[in-house]
Amino acid sequence: MRRLLPLALVTVLATAACSVSAPTQPGGGDAAETSSEGRDTDLVIALPTEPDNLNPVLGFAPHGDGKIFEGLVSINADLQPVPDLAAELPEVSEDGLTYTFTLRDDVTFHDGEPLTSADVRFTYEAALDPDLETPVRADLEALESVETPDDRTVVFHLREPYAPFVYRTTLGIVPEHLLAGEDLTSTSFNQNPVGTGPYELASWRPGEQLVLTAYEDHRDGVPQVERATFLFIEDDAARAARVAAGDVDAAVLPPALARTYADDEGWQVVTAETADFRAVAMPTEDNPVTSDPAVRLALSHALDRQAIIDGVLAGGGRPAWSPIPPEHPAYEEQAEIPFDLDGARRVLDEAGWTEGPDGVRAKDGQRAEFTLMYPAADSVRQSIALAVQSAAADIGIEVSLEGLSWEAISPRMRQDAVVFGSGAPYDPDLTLFNQFHSSQAYQGFANPGGYADEEVDRLIEEGRRTLDPDARNEIYREVQRILAEEQPWVFVAFLEHAYVIREPWTGFPDVVEPHEHGFNGGPWWDLTLLRTP
Amino acid sequence: MRSIPRLVGARLALLLPLLALVTLVVFALAANSPFDPLLARLGSRAFSMSGSELEALRMAQGEPSVLAQWATWWGDALRGDLGVSLSLRQEVTQVIAERLPWTLLLMAVALVLAVGTGLVLGTLAAVRSGGWLDRVVTGTAYVVQASPVFWVALLGMWLFAIVLGWVPAGGLTDPGSDVVTLGALVRHLALPAVVLGLSQAPWFVLVVRDTVREELAAPYVLGAWGRGVSTPRVVVRHALRSGLLPMVTVLGVRVPELVTGAVLVETIFSWPGIASATVTAATSVDFGLLAALTVVTTVVVVLGNLAADVAYRLLDPRVGAAHE
Repeated sequence: MRRLLPLALVTVLATAACSVSAPTQPGGGDAAETSSEGRDTDLVIALPTEPDNLNPVLGFAPHGDGKIFEGLVSINADLQPVPDLAAELPEVSEDGLTYTFTLRDDVTFHDGEPLTSADVRFTYEAALDPDLETPVRADLEALESVETPDDRTVVFHLREPYAPFVYRTTLGIVPEHLLAGEDLTSTSFNQNPVGTGPYELASWRPGEQLVLTAYEDHRDGVPQVERATFLFIEDDAARAARVAAGDVDAAVLPPALARTYADDEGWQVVTAETADFRAVAMPTEDNPVTSDPAVRLALSHALDRQAIIDGVLAGGGRPAWSPIPPEHPAYEEQAEIPFDLDGARRVLDEAGWTEGPDGVRAKDGQRAEFTLMYPAADSVRQSIALAVQSAAADIGIEVSLEGLSWEAISPRMRQDAVVFGSGAPYDPDLTLFNQFHSSQAYQGFANPGGYADEEVDRLIEEGRRTLDPDARNEIYREVQRILAEEQPWVFVAFLEHAYVIREPWTGFPDVVEPHEHGFNGGPWWDLTLLRTP
Repeated sequence: MRSIPRLVGARLALLLPLLALVTLVVFALAANSPFDPLLARLGSRAFSMSGSELEALRMAQGEPSVLAQWATWWGDALRGDLGVSLSLRQEVTQVIAERLPWTLLLMAVALVLAVGTGLVLGTLAAVRSGGWLDRVVTGTAYVVQASPVFWVALLGMWLFAIVLGWVPAGGLTDPGSDVVTLGALVRHLALPAVVLGLSQAPWFVLVVRDTVREELAAPYVLGAWGRGVSTPRVVVRHALRSGLLPMVTVLGVRVPELVTGAVLVETIFSWPGIASATVTAATSVDFGLLAALTVVTTVVVVLGNLAADVAYRLLDPRVGAAHE
């Protein structure tokens, strides 16, 4: 038996290694379940994902929380920033470098301590600390310093004008009096948070459930949902089973599964439009085929986006032509590329790509072929890659597919195309700068194909400096028109997110969701709005 | 019998170098893993982050050598400091203290169920060797043995929680309950423990059946029957007693399988054990958490084997005597 021991250990390790090769990419379903006996003040929600920790400074709730924590501003259902802990939207200096917030005077933390400007400064300075290795630091690149002239005033000084800065002030504010001197990397606060939000944490058993209860002294009073339980059920089938077992009131489900509840009495299927796009990111420099804008434009014309959505996504999505969703005031209809196979072929003919004997086009001896990579574990992206391959074949372009891990994909994005997914509906700069500004070329996952266009650079920079909303929107419309011609990325679809919710709960706002959904997103995005008639 | 303390001592003395070696392997594997810890930690944020910031974060991380990481980890661990989980942002000791007891409870109950099932069904099948009961029991055992645990779990959830409604479909308590009462615990533990126990039972059933059947054909058993000793008495006093020995061997060998099975069962049933931490640790290449969980697993496996060996010697004093 002693000899068996090493073998046994190897088995454990090998099995553990296999079981962890599960996808780390988001985009999986969320599930909600129906809860117990229709108690009106209780809500049980089933989710596929669990927060790693509950500290906004460490990356919890990237677009604001609104349950346990509140930011200076929050984003409303119209995707506009509205004051939350701030009394009103900030005063912005002429040069766009100084943002001055005045805090409300009726805010208390769950332990009864009043909120002051010192808490705000503490929160932002903690997030900027490089030793903490927090992703929030990246959101605050433009921030140089925070000043607090008095208890109610917070002044942010930026390094350079950054018009979307107010969207970064959704960051949840943590209490200085509980965290000063604590080691934020491991403080128990990360699991037992104290915020100012309408809910406080009642209990959290990681891997199973998290319970929130209404904070009785919140300035807005106690909402109808006084107790909200979030169950964490990673497996889609197990989550659907919990819905069927009647354990839950609401759940995130994959769209196809959610639709099976459409005819069920007692259940409503809620779908949300999103800015969660899927797109083919093209190498615009180091690939002899995709570096030709004509090839990219032809491919975009060759995609029957609606057919892909109906087929691959079971109808759960809508066509995309840029990262900006149609709800956004900066959306440019002229940038939509119609499905037009003849037009696609004409573009290629005119650019000198002529069809060879094997049906594949060529130009100056270069065959019209390229490789399209996708994350292997993601079935939706795989299907999109297949659809792109087939559309390309229709117009004489040969696409070979490779399903890989992100670690294998990232070093090759300079030469090979990749099916990409991300997106947030809030400010165009959040996506456009990273994806299409030349300074971001070949850096991380931003602009992986190395797209560089002087006019696009100039417009994006001007957009950051321009504070007038109408003028900004016009700038981003111009960017979309240029991208429509250049097609550095061929956008395919915005995915739909789907949920089932027990009747008669209502009140969930119709809101366009970002890529991330789960604890912070979804119909329970603002729990205080949910009610029964 | 004197050999037992010595056995325990020797095995425990072996444990420390073994742990040192196993953790070294973990650190080496993790360092060469295809997972990028930075990407894992940032999650989807990596895709919406400006590239320069991502590269700066990567630089800031640095890359100490595997050996240096390992030595530092052990230096701290021996002082009782298991470090911090960088993905969960919590002390590793706390992560383990919160979750391990639930896993151990699940595994212990499942093991008892598996052993009990093995003894009863294995013996019955052996006594009725070749009959319909034998065929049903062995047939079922082979089917269960070949079924993936998560599949058995989903099937069990569908049948017992949804169709029959006998037990809850998951969790440690009813949704939303902060307090774990004994009644709720028993009801919620039943299905995951049965599923995990069932997934391990075939090995016990089959080995008990085989040994008991062999013993029943042995001359001394035939003699006992010839003397008119009743069948149940023969089976329990003689055949089963010998049948226990190989089963104890299987017990020691199955412990690692039990650990991995528990991880899968916990995930399906939202059982708040170490499973979710294990997956997080591995996918985010969270060195501290990964190393600590490996140590825990190794200790469980070594102690499981040790318990089996001790039981073996208690049951059959001849074992080990030759080495004294």
